[in-house]
Amino acid sequence: MHEENSKHNHHIGYGTYVLVWLALLAFTSITVTVAGVSLGEYTLFVALSIAAIKSALVINIFMHIKFDEKIFKVFLLISGFTLLVIFILTFFDFIYR
Amino acid sequence: MNIHNESAAVHHHVHRDDIGAKMGMWLFLFTELLLFGGLFLVYAVYRYQHTEQFHLAAMELNTGIGTLNTVILLTSSLTVALSIAALQKGNKFLSILMLSLTLVFAFMFMINKYFEWSAKFSHGIYPGSDELLSLPNGQILFFGLYYVMTGLHGLHVLIGIIILSTILVMIIKNKITFDNYAKLENSGLYWHLVDLIWIFLFPLFYLIQ
Repeated sequence: MHEENSKHNHHIGYGTYVLVWLALLAFTSITVTVAGVSLGEYTLFVALSIAAIKSALVINIFMHIKFDEKIFKVFLLISGFTLLVIFILTFFDFIYR
Repeated sequence: MNIHNESAAVHHHVHRDDIGAKMGMWLFLFTELLLFGGLFLVYAVYRYQHTEQFHLAAMELNTGIGTLNTVILLTSSLTVALSIAALQKGNKFLSILMLSLTLVFAFMFMINKYFEWSAKFSHGIYPGSDELLSLPNGQILFFGLYYVMTGLHGLHVLIGIIILSTILVMIIKNKITFDNYAKLENSGLYWHLVDLIWIFLFPLFYLIQ
């Protein structure tokens, strides 16, 4: 909560963690509720979007990546991008086979 | 004598590289990401191929127990984060309490998993069972992926329990302290990854109706 801008040894307060946890629970209840409603082809998109938001909260705050060395963020982007490329290439192969 | 002690302390300090340790942990986490990523890729292709069968098969899964386990894992992620924060502030007691709670949640997760899988087994749905093999191909694939992916995730929870228990003992014995908490932090990262994977497993298996 305090010293939000200090870069190194950044210590997040208990309150921030609890708020993030509450947000994660809220998103969980939203995704469960939405799953009961028929959204047709958007169902998967909505479920994955909510999962992505939850991941961003966990990675940024719980896993501290927002406050840590920049290089960790670079690693994360590279591995995420690698995964994305593998997915896209596989689906190209699969769909146009 | 004094000088000797001081140089020993400095020497000890130099040999610690917390950022290096954390970087190693992150690199390991990315191999984990690609391991599960491969499984998610298999899931994506088969779901695309057998959309209807995946929906039918997913009806068999217990959304209630899946939701409960989601809440349990999210809460355990909070407690491990609080445990780190508490130790950084020098509150050893709170840190131990929060880490113990994390372990309790981890066990609760595995107990739920046990009941969930037992129920499936008693309905004759387990890899290689006659009941399962009599189903259409898409449903066999769904349950195969269900067992492999939630099973591999469950294995990670078990490993997490072993790691976090070790860390707990080290905190109690003052091997991990408020100014030397890299091991606790890195174990926390591992635990958050287990939570992250579940965040995706949950909607993909339990919420497709």
